[in-house]
Amino acid sequence: MPLVELRNVSKIYHLGGEEIRALDNVSLDIAGGEFISIIGPSGSGKSTLMHILGCLDTPTRGSIKLDGIDIHGASRAELAVIRNRKIGFVFQFFNLLPKLTVLQNVELPMIYSGISGRERRERAITALQMMDMENRAKHRPLQLSGGQQQRAAIARALVNSPKIVFADEPTGNLDSHTGETILALFSKLSQEGRTIVLVTHDPEIAARTPRRIEIRDGQIAKNVDARLAGLVRN
Amino acid sequence: MPIEPVKPPVRTLAELGSALVVPGLNLGNAITVGFKEIWAHKFRSILTMLGIILGVSSLVAMSALVKGMENGMREALIAIGGLEKVRIEQQDIPPEQQHLADQAVGLTVHDLYALRASAPLVTEAAPEMRAPRNTRVTKNSRPTDWANVVGTWPAAVDLNQHTVEHGRMFNQVDDDYARNVCVIGTNIRDQLFGDEEDSGRPPIIPLGQTLNIGGEPFVIIGMFERYESETEKKRRQYLKEHPVAQQTGPARSRGWGGRGRGGDFIFRMKNSTVYIPLNTMYLKFKSAVGTNSAPDPRLDVINIRVADVDTMNSALQQAKNVLMHSHKGIEDFSFMTQENMSEGISTAIRNARLSGGLIAIISLLVGGIGIMNIMLASITERIREIGIRKAVGASNPNIFIQILVESTVIALLGGIAGIVASYGFVQILVAISPTDNTPVITPMAGLVAFGFSALVGITAGIIPALKAAQLDPIQALRYE
Repeated sequence: MPLVELRNVSKIYHLGGEEIRALDNVSLDIAGGEFISIIGPSGSGKSTLMHILGCLDTPTRGSIKLDGIDIHGASRAELAVIRNRKIGFVFQFFNLLPKLTVLQNVELPMIYSGISGRERRERAITALQMMDMENRAKHRPLQLSGGQQQRAAIARALVNSPKIVFADEPTGNLDSHTGETILALFSKLSQEGRTIVLVTHDPEIAARTPRRIEIRDGQIAKNVDARLAGLVRN
Repeated sequence: MPIEPVKPPVRTLAELGSALVVPGLNLGNAITVGFKEIWAHKFRSILTMLGIILGVSSLVAMSALVKGMENGMREALIAIGGLEKVRIEQQDIPPEQQHLADQAVGLTVHDLYALRASAPLVTEAAPEMRAPRNTRVTKNSRPTDWANVVGTWPAAVDLNQHTVEHGRMFNQVDDDYARNVCVIGTNIRDQLFGDEEDSGRPPIIPLGQTLNIGGEPFVIIGMFERYESETEKKRRQYLKEHPVAQQTGPARSRGWGGRGRGGDFIFRMKNSTVYIPLNTMYLKFKSAVGTNSAPDPRLDVINIRVADVDTMNSALQQAKNVLMHSHKGIEDFSFMTQENMSEGISTAIRNARLSGGLIAIISLLVGGIGIMNIMLASITERIREIGIRKAVGASNPNIFIQILVESTVIALLGGIAGIVASYGFVQILVAISPTDNTPVITPMAGLVAFGFSALVGITAGIIPALKAAQLDPIQALRYE
């Protein structure tokens, strides 16, 4: 059974009487442990797809199953729990809370899981160790470099050991060298067996993932295996 | 994998329901976050709190002032004999009995005997025959400014809540023999023999000395204690411990203004009492003196005490029945209870409480609006933060509670600060307008004010919290 099952999903917005199909009848399966990129130009609907996959949004039509749970008909509160337990997000602008320390930022998802303070701390430190960030635990996000901030954000995404991690342009705000290390980090996480979905507009970054999904005008344009297409360099 | 999955694992929607309870509301964390937010915007938070501080402190100060007023009034009520005391006074004969006017006897000592014998609900009774006007109390030609010279029975001490501190009250024998003896209040002593305060010496106890009442020599056989309000007592105690510098130069009187010795009017009046036996009063001043030589055996007032305020009505009816007999059916008397005064006190307190409370509530309301305003500004600033929190799994109730807790924390901190400030506030009020009734801050007032500030905080937080909770996570994350 695939980890994510998307069936005939449409997302339709109404803007001043005009119907905008951000997603048009998209079906997609993502298996556990896959490293996959969603690629497309801006306005193509890739963000909408990620939001629906990430349970930040609900589709107008169609059904999603995530880890066996039918999201269709889930309340907002239930979606919050799913995001909390099963999904990790990494954003382009890191989205760490500037007033909290790195450790507190990483603890944040667990606060909403009702995990005790001590366990929160232990798990947060473990996650930071994985990212080689434990010596920055007491720093504020703004005292860190972009790469360090993104690593802290990845630690936060992983701390609840989610089923799937969504990374939305994770290197978009980093210089190419730092971006490279972050991408390497994702590859490593993928090799460890995590399911990772990379959302990007950059084909070069997308080329690093074994599987690519290209979104164009709200529909899946191509569904190619990068390895078979000879797009993988290493 | 180094990180364990979160327990309990969630597999189905049904399990989600049970997992919902766990993240629940997480109050402790919300409170911590609330404090951090307040700390992060110290100046803004203090300004916001100021509204609540002013509201709470004015609420507490107002209630303290009213409480002080109430205490003063109750003291005065007790000083004049309490609720059980009833005055029977002369009254004009009603129109339908006008033709019997020449038969009316007025209040006499016979009424007292009649009441004693036939009105068991009246536990005590004492006459009051006042000296004729212009009767002066002097000592070596030194007059008192005013004295309440009353001929009465020994029972008056009890009835009018007097306490004989030195010597004794005159007794039945003194009355029977119409002796020239008197028991005086401290105000009389102060004016005729010198004030213990002014002299700085041990108090003068003029027992055995003679003074003149209306030209007749009277021996002082007793003196009452000094009656004063609690405030006055404290003031004198304070003066004793912190003596003021002696006034230099020739002795001078500062006139009538300001804080007179003897404190409140009621206490001053009581301290100016001179009691002499009823028979003495009658024989010396009322039997055949002055230009009109007809003897006047009428009493001015009969004070009675009923056993219980609850049986007031039946006791008064009983007394009336008895008196109607002794007055030949002519109703030339009336009853004056202290209920009117008690009701007056209650009304005054209620009015003061209402007007003061209204002002305080309005300022609390303004404080609440301030909180709401600042919370709205705060969530606009933190839209992105709210988006992040939602993305990592905060539910709408989580966000709602967090904002609500923040506004409540602001209000409660303001409430605590307001209670502390109210002490200072009351001191300032006392300094600005010295009253005889010291404001009293009651724990109850503090509690009520605190409760109100909590209420205001919660109410003010509801709309911003709802707004924050209903933010769409995607748009909140995009917000710049």
